[in-house]
Amino acid sequence: MRSSLGHPLTRALRFKRWVLVTMGFVTLFALVSSRAFAAVDPLPFKDHAQELRFQALTKQLRCLVCQNESLNDSAAPLAADLRRDVFEQMQAGKSDIEIKAWLTARYSDFVLYDPPLRGGTWLLWFGPLLILLGGGAGVFLIVRRRARAAAMPSAVPMGARPGSDVEDDW
Amino acid sequence: MNTRLLPFAGFVLVLALLGFGIWWSSHHDMREVPSPLIDKLAPTFSLPLLEDPSKFLGSKELAGEPYLLNVFASWCFACRDEHPVLMSEGKRIGIKLVGFDYKDEPADAKRWIAQYGNPYDVIVADVPGNVAIDFGVTGAPETFLVDAQGVIRYKYISPLTTEIIARELMPRIAALKKASP
Repeated sequence: MRSSLGHPLTRALRFKRWVLVTMGFVTLFALVSSRAFAAVDPLPFKDHAQELRFQALTKQLRCLVCQNESLNDSAAPLAADLRRDVFEQMQAGKSDIEIKAWLTARYSDFVLYDPPLRGGTWLLWFGPLLILLGGGAGVFLIVRRRARAAAMPSAVPMGARPGSDVEDDW
Repeated sequence: MNTRLLPFAGFVLVLALLGFGIWWSSHHDMREVPSPLIDKLAPTFSLPLLEDPSKFLGSKELAGEPYLLNVFASWCFACRDEHPVLMSEGKRIGIKLVGFDYKDEPADAKRWIAQYGNPYDVIVADVPGNVAIDFGVTGAPETFLVDAQGVIRYKYISPLTTEIIARELMPRIAALKKASP
């Protein structure tokens, strides 16, 4: 009885462990290979500072093909072309702002991860702040109303009451 | 009573926001890169012809009459779906249809055209893909409608269909022809 019941259970457990280990290996492999395939085209940078500037700039730019990747790590052919263009413009002495303008003239703000602040994007930038302010105002009103309600029933003036009474309502 | 309903109201608000998000993303292609070049002058370019790389064609030669620029490539699967549409509709649109072979091996492109037929009046080849970047091309197929003054009037990303040609392209082409016969 015991062995007939125990056997399939251990098998199930072993299978479960096997699945977990396999999944682990697959994930590890995917991580390692995505690192390995990440685009690295050797570019003849003037110095280390320019390379750092290039890396920083291309990380702020979106690949138009694989849109969840930055221009810095996308392996799409278009991304490689755009990296080359960014590099050439850097060599020509263009500033980051000029390079970004060059790209947005062709691909719109879509190419930037940070949308610029302008008429159409103010809600995007300040929306969260508005929601925070609205929530804060709501909490403030509720707390004040409760404090008043707690103060009302007893005719004792506010100043004479111990402060802890008001805090109880939290 | 008012305050007791407040959490519920907040919940409904969040629900409405999420619902709006679902509705919005199902009616809009979030991946589509909007072109800032609409109603702007098309970039100046000069590219070798696919058939004869010693000859060049560009914005200068194309100026004076409207044309349709269709970005394609032999490596592009969606272009194969689009191709029969261009074969049947290409001659009916009434303006010059320019093929733009994008980042392609000329030999492959020639074989592709020989196999599926040539709907284009002329084909230019952009092997390095530089002119395509000036046009804001993100892939193939993409189609640009350029007017006689060289201004991009319309851009369509993804394969053209007879429906899109009839609904989006033909009215615009008719308007262009009326403006400059």
